[in-house]
Amino acid sequence: MNMMSEIRGAGLVERAREVAAVAAKHADAVDKEGRFPHEAVAAMKSARLFGIQIPILLGGEGATIAEIAEVCSIIAQECASSAMIFAMHHIKLSSCVSHGMGDEWHEAFMHRIVREQLLLGSATTEAGIGGNLRNSICAIEVDGDVCRLTKEATVISYGKQADAILITSRAHKDAASTDQVMTVFLKDQYTLEQTHVWDTLGMRGTCSDGFLFKAEAPSVQILPKPFAEIAAESMLATCHLLWSGVWYGIALNAVTRAQAFVRAAARANPGTTPPGALRLAEATAELHLIKSNVIAGMERFEAAKEDPAQLSSMGFAVAMNNVKIATSQKILSVINQAMMICGIAGYKNGTPYSLGRHLRDAHSAQLMISNDRILSNTATMLTVHKLDTSLLG
Amino acid sequence: MKDKIRELLGKLGGLPVAVDTLADSADLYAAGLSSFASVQLMLGIEDAFDIEFPDHLLNRKSFASIDAIAETVSAIVEGREAA
Repeated sequence: MNMMSEIRGAGLVERAREVAAVAAKHADAVDKEGRFPHEAVAAMKSARLFGIQIPILLGGEGATIAEIAEVCSIIAQECASSAMIFAMHHIKLSSCVSHGMGDEWHEAFMHRIVREQLLLGSATTEAGIGGNLRNSICAIEVDGDVCRLTKEATVISYGKQADAILITSRAHKDAASTDQVMTVFLKDQYTLEQTHVWDTLGMRGTCSDGFLFKAEAPSVQILPKPFAEIAAESMLATCHLLWSGVWYGIALNAVTRAQAFVRAAARANPGTTPPGALRLAEATAELHLIKSNVIAGMERFEAAKEDPAQLSSMGFAVAMNNVKIATSQKILSVINQAMMICGIAGYKNGTPYSLGRHLRDAHSAQLMISNDRILSNTATMLTVHKLDTSLLG
Repeated sequence: MKDKIRELLGKLGGLPVAVDTLADSADLYAAGLSSFASVQLMLGIEDAFDIEFPDHLLNRKSFASIDAIAETVSAIVEGREAA
């Protein structure tokens, strides 16, 4: 199965490239000023990219994970922050698509996302819990038809710009910390009081400030499935795969710049192989490894999608964890290779070969759900899960 | 079998509530069974019943309740006896 040759969405690649062209113009300013990439996000809305994952039945385009990851990668080649915002929106949307179908409010909400091209944000991180998203301290209070929630959310990416936020909490005031639900709150249903400022090494345009989140809404907006199921069956896999699409795009652009550098050197001195050419060959081999890894992960997800037992199995969780670990580690060595090839021209800002932003953005990959946390989770599972002994299985 | 499972759940499950308060059909994840504790429980059960869980049974559903665990263990034991 070659999923990449099956981009069915009407002009999806062309639409993504239009967005990428806009993102490219502002990428350096977004990074330097640590500001929201509103031009690129406006372009995503006008290219109607925010609803592509939604089933055709509800007005969307029924895009597959591979198609969405391709869009992530195309945008990330120009601006990683813009691509990450796009990826995070679709990760949240996957929870609605996978677990909100058949539910009146959530189906109407998906219709609205297509119509109005709403941008979805996420609030899983909490003071006192950190990034351990399968735990919550705060609890949702359901009072008849109404629900209320207050959360000390230390990170809400593009919290100020999102049109709705999907937020985790304990299911009720007496619930265990792992007994969680996820609720959709619309912009006019919550207030955000800023508590933390996002001034970071990279991914600066995601504006992932911290807030005290307070909301009240009809209780039908709580997703009808436990968050444990949502996390296991759609969110974690979508997260690792779409993030990997973004990270691949960053690494690919770094290697593209390195190749341009080598080609320029080759043209300047015909008859000799430039010194960086060998490293370039090595970098493309590593890049290929990342690409194969991401594609294999997406194929596994597509194959498991129709079977909840497979989606919640350890073998699947280990496979998705491994995609994330490998991609997030490998891109750093690829970008480092590209930097060695481009030399000072890569190290300096403002040249056609600049790689500082790539390297800084890429460093977030190991920390977004810390690789140490993921590895210890895999380590626990490997005490009972047995490795597959076939090459193809 | 369920008594043994209850005993192991009490020892390895790390639940915030007493195991006696849970019905056989109670949702263990809602009761606070973490993924780490569920793996410890699986290891304890493998040891106690001298079985190995095949990969297709290593999922959330197999360990969702005391009833589900008993069913999973029985299926493996019966499969072994039939073999």
